[in-house]
Amino acid sequence: MPALEVADLSFRYGRKEALKGVSFAVQPGEFCALLGPNGAGKSTLFALLTRLFVARQGRIAVMGQDLQQAPRAALAQMGVVFQQMTLDLDLSVARNLAYFGALHGLSRRESAARAQEVLERLDMAERAGEKARDLNGGHRRRLEIARALMHRPRLLLLDEPTVGLDARARAAITAHVHALAREDGLAVLWATHLVDEVSPDDTVLILHHGEILQTGQARDIAPENGLAAHFMALTEDAAA
Amino acid sequence: MSPYLRALSAILQREALRFLTQRERFLAALVRPLVWLLVFAAGFRAALGLSITPPYQTYITYEVYIVPGLVAMILLFNAMQSALSLVYDREMGSMRLLLTAPLPRWWLLFCKLLAGVLVSILQAYAFLAIAYAFGIRLPPMGYLWVLPALLVAGLMLGAVGLFLASTIRQLENFAGVMNFVIFPVFFLSTALYPLWRMAESSTLLRDICAWNPFTHAVELIRFALYLRLNLEALGWVALTFAVFLGLALWGFDPARGIMTRKTR
Repeated sequence: MPALEVADLSFRYGRKEALKGVSFAVQPGEFCALLGPNGAGKSTLFALLTRLFVARQGRIAVMGQDLQQAPRAALAQMGVVFQQMTLDLDLSVARNLAYFGALHGLSRRESAARAQEVLERLDMAERAGEKARDLNGGHRRRLEIARALMHRPRLLLLDEPTVGLDARARAAITAHVHALAREDGLAVLWATHLVDEVSPDDTVLILHHGEILQTGQARDIAPENGLAAHFMALTEDAAA
Repeated sequence: MSPYLRALSAILQREALRFLTQRERFLAALVRPLVWLLVFAAGFRAALGLSITPPYQTYITYEVYIVPGLVAMILLFNAMQSALSLVYDREMGSMRLLLTAPLPRWWLLFCKLLAGVLVSILQAYAFLAIAYAFGIRLPPMGYLWVLPALLVAGLMLGAVGLFLASTIRQLENFAGVMNFVIFPVFFLSTALYPLWRMAESSTLLRDICAWNPFTHAVELIRFALYLRLNLEALGWVALTFAVFLGLALWGFDPARGIMTRKTR
């Protein structure tokens, strides 16, 4: 069963069509990079996947649970890292995690144990007592990823999670999330416009003007590190 | 504990922690009504004579008269402050975190609303304690009786704020809306002068005051402070709460309302 299944999804803002019949699936353990230039429809797709918006056409299922019919069951299987930072900066790392754990129904004890587990997974265990405000950009992002894993989701959605980070922090976060897919069997949908975040084994979805232009493994789509040129050529009119 | 109560407890704790870390906000919320009480009321004491009207059984000073209105003012400003922080949270993205929790959206919004009201009740009691220290004494049991009235009035004002937050798309627009809402709502009510006083100037203004739900919130609090239940005020406040909460939930519904409009 796919961790995420999107079928014939369309969405419009008034008369402007933002997504047109988008269909794809992400399997457990798969790292799927959603590549698209700015304005391609990535954020709209994420808003629909996280049920901030509801589409009038199409279907979204998470671990077989229809997001429209059974939103709570579907959301419970999903961890999300939004493009904008959503940490409470005045609270400590541990309190940020505890707050999220409680929103997902975890008891205080469960929440504390999971917090320890996810912070260790993201190499941040020693920072549990620090205020989120005192973390650098890379660690804040890592904390958000740790938080998204608190309720042990089967699907992790990340909307341009490396925006504003330096090269070292970007590389570290990309490596961490690849490891989560490879080692923990987590299905990952990673939206980005930065081609260097994609590994040859990743699945790539190229979204442009609200449509999926191409899908497949990165190494098949553009062999010999040619993904950047291929992506540019495919979405050329956006840059013009 | 059920997931519903866990989420409620977490949201209440978060608001309480934020409240404790924002001491300036707490002080600002207290200074405003205290200025009205200690400066404005002292100045107008001689100018505004008050006859005996329920729930008062004897002549009262103007300072005593405006205390319930100033308590309601604290609830009103806090409701608008909460609405402002909701708009901010939505723009900054942290609202998304709340709305993607696997719980019904109405419950999550209600928790947020209740947390804001509880924080404003703490401020209302702090104000009553300071007023007491300045010699404004109310019936001792009134301090207890007023608690449910504060809760209901706070929920109503919070629901109005939630509705505004669901309709306002950008933070920059909020200041204007606050001026359009807070000042007419406060001045066209019985917070500062009784209805019969208003009627002496204009029957139209008196009617507007009588229709204003904030007037009923003030009267509910005023009567409760004197150990009396104003059923008419309670009815109006409950009705207004239900209407605005319904509109706010509609506004935050993912299939309708503001969430589906493009905000970028």
